[in-house]
Amino acid sequence: MAFKPDHELHKRRFGRNVGLGITLAVFMALVFGLTIAKVATGPQLKAPSASTEITE
Amino acid sequence: MTDIRVFTETGEAQFGDYIALLKPRVMSLVVFTALVGLLVAPVPVNPFIAFTSILFIALGGGASGALNMWWDADIDAKMRRTRNRPVPAGRIEPGEALAVGVALSGIAVVMLGLAANAFAAALLAFTIFFYVVIYSMWLKRLTPQNIVIGGAAGAFPPMIGWAVATGGVSIESLLMFALIFMWTPPHFWSLSLFMNDDYTNAGVPMLPVARGRKVTRAHIMVYTILLVPVALAAGFTSIGGPVYLATSIVLNLGFLLGAWRIWRRDEVMAQADGYAVEKKVFRFSLLYLFLHFGAFLAQAVLRHYGLGGW
Repeated sequence: MAFKPDHELHKRRFGRNVGLGITLAVFMALVFGLTIAKVATGPQLKAPSASTEITE
Repeated sequence: MTDIRVFTETGEAQFGDYIALLKPRVMSLVVFTALVGLLVAPVPVNPFIAFTSILFIALGGGASGALNMWWDADIDAKMRRTRNRPVPAGRIEPGEALAVGVALSGIAVVMLGLAANAFAAALLAFTIFFYVVIYSMWLKRLTPQNIVIGGAAGAFPPMIGWAVATGGVSIESLLMFALIFMWTPPHFWSLSLFMNDDYTNAGVPMLPVARGRKVTRAHIMVYTILLVPVALAAGFTSIGGPVYLATSIVLNLGFLLGAWRIWRRDEVMAQADGYAVEKKVFRFSLLYLFLHFGAFLAQAVLRHYGLGGW
């Protein structure tokens, strides 16, 4: 099955579609990086140890 | 068919037009002052969190620029300086500028809240509201003091940067706000003296249009005098120091001298030399703000190495 040829609109908007794609990729990278930074700098979560539960 | 013809006549909006919608030149001032506000704060911030926070503050500033372009498209079309902006030039529909502005405002505020804290996000939301609703929609076309009020919107970024680090407000962040707030009127009025025709055509009640050039010259002098104590006072807080104070004294003397020269001139003298003094003071005012914030930064670096500071 052959792909349909690009509509003229696709050619005309190629530049802005690529720009938007790059913007979204950067946004994803920022959210990911922010998550890593938050996890690394946030309060350290610690599971309650078994020995604590026994002594209580 | 009609729609297609309109598009081909006005040109398709390219990605660069959407960037232009965010007023990148204004954004550069927002980025610089917010970054200084963040870096001089006494609380260290993770570099990546600092980077994303500045980015979303800039995005918020850009979003308010897009909303301003949506609202002011009619007057932008009448001014030589602004008629080629994407909305008045017809490359972006006004409704599209509104949608981009609202969407980016929401993204910027929510993301700053997640990256930094709720207070910084609330301050960014208030800044956008202040610039778009209080300044653009309400006061810009109503009062010749529009630039005084509009200056407040441009003065918030260092406070937001400070809030990213500290989660609050302090005398230091208030003085950084006051510095930009008091600097804006003489800066813009010196521009409006030699760009007056634009504002007259657009019917915006800028001070030279509404009250005359002589009054504007006096206002520049008065506001520059009021700016001096604010700029110097910041030098005696925890973000100041000898380097800042020395820089500020020199710059304030220069600005006072320029304002005094503008005040002493009349229109005949100004037209004779093509507004040379007014243009020079306008350029100096840009340097004035840049070097003041640069001096805050220099003080912070010196303090880091145990030098400078009080």
